[in-house]
Amino acid sequence: MSAQEWAVEAEGLTMRYGRRRAPVLVDCGLTVPTGSVCGLVGPNGAGKSTLLALAAGLLRPTSGVLKVLGSVPPGARADVAYVAQAKPLPSQLTVAAVLRLGAELNRSSGRWSAAAAESIAYEQGGLHPKARIHSLSGGQRTRVALALAFGKRARLMLLDEPMADLDPVARGQLMGALMASAAEEGTTIVMSSHVLPELESTCDQLVLLGDGRVRLAGPVDELVSSHVLLTGSGSLSGHRVVEQRPAGRGATALVRRGDALPPGWEAMEPSLQEIVLAHLRTTGSSAPALPAPASSAPEETTA
Amino acid sequence: MFAYRIDRRSGVATYVQIVQQTKQALRLGLLDVGDQLPTAREVVAATAINPNTVLKAYRELEREGLVEARRGLGTFVRRALGRADHNGLRGDLAEWAARARAEGLEREDALALVTAVLEEHFPQGREGDAQ
Repeated sequence: MSAQEWAVEAEGLTMRYGRRRAPVLVDCGLTVPTGSVCGLVGPNGAGKSTLLALAAGLLRPTSGVLKVLGSVPPGARADVAYVAQAKPLPSQLTVAAVLRLGAELNRSSGRWSAAAAESIAYEQGGLHPKARIHSLSGGQRTRVALALAFGKRARLMLLDEPMADLDPVARGQLMGALMASAAEEGTTIVMSSHVLPELESTCDQLVLLGDGRVRLAGPVDELVSSHVLLTGSGSLSGHRVVEQRPAGRGATALVRRGDALPPGWEAMEPSLQEIVLAHLRTTGSSAPALPAPASSAPEETTA
Repeated sequence: MFAYRIDRRSGVATYVQIVQQTKQALRLGLLDVGDQLPTAREVVAATAINPNTVLKAYRELEREGLVEARRGLGTFVRRALGRADHNGLRGDLAEWAARARAEGLEREDALALVTAVLEEHFPQGREGDAQ
């Protein structure tokens, strides 16, 4: 199997759910390198779930190009695991039966690992094999859905807010299992989340959506090094200000790093969380959106 | 097995925390020459951090000559760090602390003095690696 550079590749991707309705995704361009852990962030309604469902092949784009593991979804279906926010599982079955069903449905790929699925479902405060799906809580269903995804031993996992309803212990355990899969098998992981500290410690790539457009995308370390947090007073004209807030007699501003820093301002390296929050706060308001740096830059947009 | 503890609220970069904790373990003798560091997989499964962060920390330790990566085997300690009780240094410091206390210094006063003296002798916060 040839190694692809990108696990997910989109260009000019647009999606609308009906001709009369506003598009959910507009002209999105992004790339997710193979083997990376990519966080997908954005306010509610930004198009995160739609993007994941398109990549999983559950929806067809209105226009534009989308490739997943080198093919148009759902072409690479056997190598892709998708965990939706609503976990559609057969409610009358037991956990053990759902895992057997997973093994059956993935027989053709020859990659199913019962051990991987069972360790997620049953170990460390996990579930009882004979528990029925309808008796499980939201977090417990998440565990079953993730067990199926791990059992499939997919090369790409598309996870829509996977940790949202898990307790802190399960969160640490399952996120640890995801990272171990990335470390050991080079699994590419794309996950949407609102929990920024969690993304900060797990992701090496980030895509920020706002109003259906890609507002920021690229490797996390490049995103951090391309911004600077300034504190001081005076003019910032000529600098690309993402967000400026008053601080005492002066101001704190998150700025795109340019050639020279303005005099009279003290510079600090922002955290990923500070960068994402500043972009989220200014997304959808009258502030202009900024292009992403480097190769993955979407076109400049003015909201 | 040696385990890392990641504090997400400390403001210290995660890879730096791994570097610092490894050095601390070398100083305390929890790790010694020839010992294997946990694999990246083991660290990320326990701490839920990105695998690249662990690799970055291990590369930094390797660059400093403290560990070596053996292909297909893992990462091993190559050099121990000066033990904290080396040649009675700890005893000297304990005597000094007892004297400071006897003269009525508070914990913070003593700590401020120690920090100031360390800053003189180990400027720029460079770690005092025993070379």
